[in-house]
Amino acid sequence: MTSGVEPVEESTAEESPIVGNGDVVRARQTVRTLAQQARLSLVDQTKLVTAASELARNTLTYGGGGTMRVSIVTRGSRTGVKVTFRDDGPGIPDLDLALTDGWSSGRGMGLGLSGARRLADEFELVSAPGKGTQVVVVKWAR
Amino acid sequence: MAHDESDRLLSLLSEGRDEFIARWVSTVTSTLAGRITPAEVQQDLTDLYGALIVALRDGGLATRNEAYGEVRSLLTELSRSRARQGFSPTETAFGVFALKEVLEPALSRSEDIAAYLQFARVLDDLGLYTVETHAKTREEIISAQAEQLLELSTPVVKLWDGIVGVPLVGTLDSARTQVVMEKLLQSLLDQNATHAIVDITGVPSVDTQVAQHLLKTVVAARMMGAECTISGIRPQIAQTIVALGIEFGDITTKATLADALRHALRRIEQREAAAGIGGLA
Repeated sequence: MTSGVEPVEESTAEESPIVGNGDVVRARQTVRTLAQQARLSLVDQTKLVTAASELARNTLTYGGGGTMRVSIVTRGSRTGVKVTFRDDGPGIPDLDLALTDGWSSGRGMGLGLSGARRLADEFELVSAPGKGTQVVVVKWAR
Repeated sequence: MAHDESDRLLSLLSEGRDEFIARWVSTVTSTLAGRITPAEVQQDLTDLYGALIVALRDGGLATRNEAYGEVRSLLTELSRSRARQGFSPTETAFGVFALKEVLEPALSRSEDIAAYLQFARVLDDLGLYTVETHAKTREEIISAQAEQLLELSTPVVKLWDGIVGVPLVGTLDSARTQVVMEKLLQSLLDQNATHAIVDITGVPSVDTQVAQHLLKTVVAARMMGAECTISGIRPQIAQTIVALGIEFGDITTKATLADALRHALRRIEQREAAAGIGGLA
C-alpha cells in the first residue's frame, strides 16, 4: 500500500482523549475539519470520518478508552490526513479474525475494523494481548 | 466575642445603610456594563442588604444558621436569573464580594478589623454559595436543552394518507435512535399508516452503528405490517456504506425524500388497484 519513496512529513498532531460517547462525536468533527483543510473530496472526507467513527468507537468499547491523534501529512505534492487511535485495553489476540467481515467479539455488525481498512488508503493495526491496540489510518487527497 | 463583633457590625450596617447600598449598587452596576439596569440591581441588592441585616441580628456570623434562609433564597434567585441572562459565575459572585470593597473604608479602623474579617468570611461563604447555585442552574439549563434537542430533532410527520416520515438530523446515538424508533412505531399505529420513510439527508455520516440502528428500525416497522423506505442517501454516503460492507438487503433506499414518497404512493395505488378500490382516497 505504501507507494513512493518520498518521505512523509507530518504536521503537529492534535491529541484528544476518547473516554465517552461524546468523544466519538468530537472525534468525527475533528477529523472532518482536518479533512476539509487537507482538501479531501467530499466522498473521501465522508469515508475518513466514517472510518474514524468506527475506530473511535472500537477504542471506547473494546479498548476501554484511549486517545486519538490527528495530523495532516504530506508526501511530495500530496496531502492527506493521518489518524491514530491508541488504547491500553486487552489487545486483539487474532488480528486476522478481527479483520474478518461479520466477525465481532461484541454486539456490533462486525464490519467496523474491516470496513475502516477498506475506507482508508493506508491502514496499520498493531495489537497483542495485554499490550493494547494501535490503529493508524491515512487518507490521501486525490 | 463573636457576639460583640456582630453587634458592632450590625450597628454599622444599619447606620450606613443607604450610603452602603448606593455604593454597592454603583460598584456592581459598573462591572455588569449595562447588561442589566441599575434599577434592577438596586432592587436586588436592597432586598439582599435588608435580609443580611436581619440574618446578622438573628443568626450572628454562622451562615449555616436558619436565620440565613432568607439571604440564601434571595441569592438563589439572584444567581439563577444571572445564569439565565448569561452572566459568568465570576460576575455573579462579584455581586456579593463587592460589598467587602464597599465596607472596607468604613471598617478599617483598628478596633473594627476583627469585625471586618468576620464579615468578610460571611460574604465569602455567600459568594461561594452563589457560584454553586450558578453552576447548578447552568447544568439544569444544559440538561433541559439536551432533552429538548432529543425531542425536537425527531419529529414524525404525516406526508400523505397512510405515509409517515421521519427526517433525521445530526448524530444518531443509541438514545436518539430509541426515541425515533418509539415515535415512528407509535405514529404508524396512530395514523394507521402503511408506509414509513426514514430520511437521513441531515445525517452527516453513516457508520456501522447508525446502519445497525436504521436496520433495526426498519425491521420493527415491518413487523407492524408497514413498508419502510430509507431516503436521503447521498453519493458519498452510498459509497461509504458500500466500502464498509453493510448490506441493506431488500430494504428500499432512495436518493431523495421525493423519490421515496413517489415510491410509497405508487405502492399504495398498486395495492388499492389489486383490492379493486382504485384511486387515492
